[in-house]
Amino acid sequence: MSFYPLYSQNKGKRLQPGDENALETKAVLAKDLTLRFFGRAIQLYTPMYLANYCDNSCLYCGFNKNNKIERRKLSFDEVEAEARFISSTGLKHILILTGEDRLESPLEYIKDCIKILKTYFSSISVEIYPLSEAEYTSFVKEGVDGLTIYQEVYDEEIYSRMHPTGPKKDYLFRLDAPERGARAGMRSINIGVLLGLNDWRVEAFMLGLHAQYLQDKFPDVEIGVSLPRIRPQVSGFKPAYVVSDRDLAQIIIYLRLKLPRLSISLSTREGAGLRENLIPLGITRISAGSSTLVGGHTLEGSQESAQFKIQDQRSVEEIKTMLYKKGYQPVLKDWMPI
Amino acid sequence: MQDTLKIGGKVIANRLFIGTGKFSSYELMKKALAESSVEVATVALRRVDVDSKQENILDYIPKGCNVMINTSGARNAEEAVRIARLAKAVGSGNWIKIEVVRDNKYLLPDNIETLKATEILAKEGFVVFPYMSPDLSVARRMLEAGAAAVMPLGSPIGTNRGLKTKELVEILVKELSIPVIVDAGLGRPSDACICMELGCAAVLVNTAIAVARNPVGYAVAFSKAVEAGRLAYVTGIPLNSDNPSPSSPLTGFLRNEN
Repeated sequence: MSFYPLYSQNKGKRLQPGDENALETKAVLAKDLTLRFFGRAIQLYTPMYLANYCDNSCLYCGFNKNNKIERRKLSFDEVEAEARFISSTGLKHILILTGEDRLESPLEYIKDCIKILKTYFSSISVEIYPLSEAEYTSFVKEGVDGLTIYQEVYDEEIYSRMHPTGPKKDYLFRLDAPERGARAGMRSINIGVLLGLNDWRVEAFMLGLHAQYLQDKFPDVEIGVSLPRIRPQVSGFKPAYVVSDRDLAQIIIYLRLKLPRLSISLSTREGAGLRENLIPLGITRISAGSSTLVGGHTLEGSQESAQFKIQDQRSVEEIKTMLYKKGYQPVLKDWMPI
Repeated sequence: MQDTLKIGGKVIANRLFIGTGKFSSYELMKKALAESSVEVATVALRRVDVDSKQENILDYIPKGCNVMINTSGARNAEEAVRIARLAKAVGSGNWIKIEVVRDNKYLLPDNIETLKATEILAKEGFVVFPYMSPDLSVARRMLEAGAAAVMPLGSPIGTNRGLKTKELVEILVKELSIPVIVDAGLGRPSDACICMELGCAAVLVNTAIAVARNPVGYAVAFSKAVEAGRLAYVTGIPLNSDNPSPSSPLTGFLRNEN
């Protein structure tokens, strides 16, 4: 089973442009749906970068193996220090990330990190290279409950160009990773597209279709999406397509109306003001107090080595204050190992 | 004599139960619970953060309000049982609302898994409140398994559509010897009132109150509607014009024939 046949049948389909007035009307509906199904609650999480070694050369990514950046992998003591720091902010949900390098960041290393993190956090998600179903199962057994994996771009031709070398070139293995994770027992699966690599109307359509496919196929798994827009990083890659704030808002509204119970995450890639304005349109999870550097919370490191530049640098406390002010309850704990 | 609900060893005067998951702040939730004099609040264990100094939801449940922990997030009986046991371990009492949902699209409950969890947890001494689709056969088995009440849904969670399952809920009320508490989907106080007029023992509301413009005011409105509906039920509701009911017997005089 694969999403690929459905992808092929719908290749080239795109969101239709709506007029100004229709967007406002839809925004009202999107807000109402979000309130009814998620309430006035926004879940908080933060990413934690374990390592930035990578065998891929994704053109848009700071961890591209050809970039001359400081490569680093956290020692277990450093993992513990990061965990202690993040946990002191009150966060309970953590998303751990590595580059794709099975030698430098093998599964056993990641699992050992998870063993440490389990004592600090009540929910652990992974955003690492795609795994086999058996490997995902072993992660679930270790206590991982969420899987984040972005296709980046659904268009195969662009995908191939953006990922010139390395294991990430394998489009299909990545495309079907979310369902391997779902079959392995992940409670939540988060997919996404990197906005700017292709016409956003095409990519947003396919992302919605993929999310719907996963929801239909795995009704007991919480399906979520992220909508990252390309941010500056060390190589200076310039996205071919501009995705405006308005476009981003339109995608959120489209997805909320299409899939009312879809989780939608918004990261610190976006600026503070925009994030606040986008929340009511359908956002259910936001990151806070983020760093895209390996060991970014407790170690010294050059910003050059970051995966990408973040915009919203506010602390967890500041984000919580902002949410309360906007009439939302920050939810720090929404799961626990059972 | 005051009309109260005796359940799980407690005596409950207010038959409005409130869910706590969707409020904009714990402060506001507390106020809504307090002002509407609610005596039972459901709390998802997944949200309970016992380590947190400032944000443990349980600290915001007013005194005198009973906590019913729910197993939100459970995908099967085994997970629901584990969540219930965890709840006991963190000192959340032994009232447990079993929610087993394997359907993230509509959040409809899985009656079969819910029944399995009910059987296990009732034996372990929990006061069990299964959230279920209103199916008489399963509800009877919930009763046999030791459920303290059944909690059929009015309509899918968060839809605010009211008592769309009326025919089925009515049957449960008529046939079961345990309380029937309508949970989920009630959007207006009048929806709650209808449930109570039918003879439901209580209703549970979350979304409609939590996301209302004024949750405190809306909670009070619900509480009053529940009270009114209950009073109507207890007092006796006159039949409508298709089924007239005279105030004194029309054939009473025949009794004196001999």
